[in-house]
Amino acid sequence: MVLKVDWLNKSFGKKRILKDISFELNTGEILTIIGPSGAGKTTLLRCINGLEKSDRGTIFIDNAYLCRDYNDKNIYARSREMKEIRQKIGMVFQNYNLFPHMTVMENIIEAPIHVLGLSRDEAVNRAYELLESLGLEDKTDSYPFQLSGGQKQRVAIARALCLNPKILCLDEPTSALDPELRGGIASIIENLASKGMAILIITHDMDFAKRVATRVIFMEDGRIIKEGEKEEFFNSFKDDRIRKFMVL
Amino acid sequence: MLSYILTLLPSILEGLVMTLKVFFVTLVLSIPLGVIVSIFRLSRFKPLSKITELYIWVMRGSPLMLQIVFIFFGLPIVGIAFDRFTAVIIAFVLNYAAYFGEIFRGGIESIDRGQYEAAKVLGLSPYRTFMRIILPQVIKIVLPSISNEVITLVKDTSLVYIVGLGELLRAGKIASIRDVSLVPLVLVTVAYLLLTAIFTVAFNKIEKRYSYYE
Repeated sequence: MVLKVDWLNKSFGKKRILKDISFELNTGEILTIIGPSGAGKTTLLRCINGLEKSDRGTIFIDNAYLCRDYNDKNIYARSREMKEIRQKIGMVFQNYNLFPHMTVMENIIEAPIHVLGLSRDEAVNRAYELLESLGLEDKTDSYPFQLSGGQKQRVAIARALCLNPKILCLDEPTSALDPELRGGIASIIENLASKGMAILIITHDMDFAKRVATRVIFMEDGRIIKEGEKEEFFNSFKDDRIRKFMVL
Repeated sequence: MLSYILTLLPSILEGLVMTLKVFFVTLVLSIPLGVIVSIFRLSRFKPLSKITELYIWVMRGSPLMLQIVFIFFGLPIVGIAFDRFTAVIIAFVLNYAAYFGEIFRGGIESIDRGQYEAAKVLGLSPYRTFMRIILPQVIKIVLPSISNEVITLVKDTSLVYIVGLGELLRAGKIASIRDVSLVPLVLVTVAYLLLTAIFTVAFNKIEKRYSYYE
């Protein structure tokens, strides 16, 4: 188990966004969280990668607590531990958030050099290997605006992987892709999982979830409604809300 | 005619040197200070942000000429005295830093939040994030506004005559009154136009250098 979320709660003002969320993620697993917009999927992901702070509950990442309840308070890791925990989570944003003024290579090596303390040569070698594995070795000196959507996404994946994370999170990885590119990102994800990476995907693309997931969580209105291994999940159409969502 | 112009040149060149001194010292100090002003103005620590807002209001809301007068003639009353050039530089830097601060603030606010979030999840420190990710993008955005301010600064330097410093326009005015001629003023105008032309070309070059990405 590389990620464990336990009784996580989060409100914005009076609105409860996450209600008692609990789940686990293991190495080599591809967990997709599906659900309608407004279900709290993105907030959940933002709590896990530390961009939002939860109000209550536990997030446990690779033997360290990002946050936990103590004496009726939600305690967060100190900033040094936080930095270490962050390195274990790679994040691929929906719109990638590449740095537009940096080349592909500079985008990828910035954090390994300044956060991990790698030498420039080490970082470049590591980045080049990643780019090669993603079929982008000829794009090292391109700027993000010169890349297609799919290429930008792969750069964002390389940037996240270059910090050697244990978990890779992807927010709506297919939303900005042409349909014919979805197979490509799916095989990249499957390949990473087969090497032991734990993968957490947020999507409302059901076909994509069906294709890549090993396990599926359905969220609605801040709660986990259903969770199951892929076969089991998609074969049981008993739950009306899920069926409604899947037909949509 | 030509020989008349030649007799004017020494005093005009002398004035030009003072103009350029005020110009460059102000620019070199007020741009970095402007970045700091914008950071203070955007600070989540309310008192700091409010004080900065007040400072910007005073600096932009009152004539630069009065600010020079207050710093050179006013502060000695409370026991703080500067020589002419220092007083002028303090006034110019404080004034221009306020304008630059507002320009940088606009630039910083126009950067997508996703850039900060990407830097944060990568573990970059706030300082590195600002210096390596945010500021380079801000500079590209604010360059046209900065170049506008710089050209205004070239002409604002003429205000230093108020404390008795001999700059370009004053040199022209003295000669013009003495000789009852417009020629010195034409000469001075040409000098200002040449200066602004040089800075315009320089800024176009810098903007071009920043156009390597979109």
